Amino acid sequence: MTRYFTQDHEWIEIEGDLGTVGITDYAQGQLGDITFVDPAEVGASVAKGDAVSVVDSVKAASDVYTPVSGTIAEVNAALVDEPELVNTDAEVGGWLFRITLSDTSELAALMDDAAYKAYVETL
Amino acid sequence: MSGLNAAGWRPAMNDGGEAAAGPATASGDRGLMLEEPLIFELGTPAKCGVDLDAADRAPVQGLSRFLRKEAPALAGLTEPETVRHYTRLSRQNYAIDLGPFPLGSCTMKHNPRLNEKMARLPGFADVHPLQPQSTVTGALEVIEQLADWLIRLTGMASVAMSPKAGAHGELCGLLCIRAALDARGEARDVVLVPESAHGTNPATAAFAGFKVRSIPATATGRVDLDALKAALTPDVAGVMITNPNTCGLFEPDMKAIADAVHAAGGYVYCDGANFNAIVGKVRPGDLGVDAMHINLHKTFSTPHGGGGPGAGPVVLSEALAPFAPLPFVTRDVDGTVHLVEEENRGDGHDQAFGRMVAFHGQMGMFTRALTYILSHGADGLRQVAEDAVLNANYVLRACEDVLTAPFAASGPCMHEALFSDAGMAEGFSTLDVAKGLIDEGFHPMTVYFPLVVRGAMLIEPTETESKAGLDRFIASLRSLAQRAQAGDDTLHSAPHFAPRRRLDETLAARKPVLVWKGDAPAS
Repeated sequence: MTRYFTQDHEWIEIEGDLGTVGITDYAQGQLGDITFVDPAEVGASVAKGDAVSVVDSVKAASDVYTPVSGTIAEVNAALVDEPELVNTDAEVGGWLFRITLSDTSELAALMDDAAYKAYVETL
Repeated sequence: MSGLNAAGWRPAMNDGGEAAAGPATASGDRGLMLEEPLIFELGTPAKCGVDLDAADRAPVQGLSRFLRKEAPALAGLTEPETVRHYTRLSRQNYAIDLGPFPLGSCTMKHNPRLNEKMARLPGFADVHPLQPQSTVTGALEVIEQLADWLIRLTGMASVAMSPKAGAHGELCGLLCIRAALDARGEARDVVLVPESAHGTNPATAAFAGFKVRSIPATATGRVDLDALKAALTPDVAGVMITNPNTCGLFEPDMKAIADAVHAAGGYVYCDGANFNAIVGKVRPGDLGVDAMHINLHKTFSTPHGGGGPGAGPVVLSEALAPFAPLPFVTRDVDGTVHLVEEENRGDGHDQAFGRMVAFHGQMGMFTRALTYILSHGADGLRQVAEDAVLNANYVLRACEDVLTAPFAASGPCMHEALFSDAGMAEGFSTLDVAKGLIDEGFHPMTVYFPLVVRGAMLIEPTETESKAGLDRFIASLRSLAQRAQAGDDTLHSAPHFAPRRRLDETLAARKPVLVWKGDAPAS
């Protein structure tokens, strides 16, 4: 399993052609208490960079962009009743959606863990 | 002797210190600080505030399926109980009639009482939109005169008066752009929205069926002109730009932005929410704007949300004017006014895109706005903009040594002063200062908006406040900023003196209780 990051603070974990996407712990810290997650549309065909989900917090409503192109395979049903999972467990249990990748070469443009950590240091 | 007022003339208010809170009261009231239950806790279905005769006839034939099977669950109250309930609640509220209301981006200015007097004249207050035109010529004259002022103040070709609010006006402007593109046979479907735009702009563009592309801001809080130019692909329908923007800054590249968008075949929508800062000084038409809504409740002092729908007229350039929605009021060559309706659409108005609303617009708001305009005159309106900008700069410069002002180095602000929570002690944030302002007797400023500044505090004093009023507000804000810098823990538990203490806003958003459920919700 390999994990990649975007400059918009999404993470994606790859298993075969399936990617699990969430927002980073840094992002949830910036947003503050999450109050609602507007889930991605299962079955939707999306292009890299499309806004596919929305995370509402006490401070702001923020779009979540898909780091890769593909088809939305599944959304995290647990977030309906427990949006706070995004706060408490952003990078594991607080995942937002799973996507079937249509072009795995897009992953090359994303950051790895070390590059993302260095990027956050600059903010 | 404690407990006695020894101050003599004009005794101080109870200092309210929690140690000096005094004994508990049986009623829960604290003197003139009145506690109030929910209306359903107060009333009972067994009581009815009016004396209704027993029904003396059978239900109307054919309507029996609408008959109620059970009594509605109303909170029965007498008239005095009802009046007292809402009056007591209103005393826990804050209003522009009580003091400064510095909500940035909202332009909470005084609502002059002359406006109210004019709006209550029976010829304006009691008209019906289906009355024959010959019986409402005065009302139509008001609409036309206001339209003429809005056209002159903005330097535009025409105005659509019927939209009911700012965002409704945005939609109207984008539908005009859509209609103009359709007339050109072009399917452009992308709207560029800078980060410094009002939050409603991307929402409106998406609602109108466009795709939204975000344009970054520069380090000085303005639109990145190069990034905008690079984004002007052939599928761009136009740009939605807020000027002055939500950082309270004027966009100096507005003309260059408009020229670039026009050269690329697009249209320029300007969010006119901040027109208060430039009215009488700058005409958006001269900057190349094609459409701009005007919030009458901001620039032209009509009540916010009072008395039904608002009004968000949209001024339009020559290019978009032919597509303006019906109906509208027009002045004939003989000086009389008449209404252009669906039936005379063919009469030179066949390109109108349709209707935004059933009728002509919000008469009550039109009357108030025209009253404000006529009572100020052109020179007075110019002074409105000057005083609003002066007041905001006074707040900015008076507080920039105790609060971080991210764009203050780039020069004067426009109508609102923007601060951030950078520089506060660890664990202290914008929210603490906002809650502290309640204890100080002020409505909090706009918080955490605009999003481009972390922990934003956006303060818009408007031209309403006098220097003495501003000085009182500044003294409170400075005191709170210094407490946040020093890490004063009592700020974390503010407000201390409001009818309710700090509420759990997260829980309220996650698990909202929106309707009366018969008894207290389980915690």
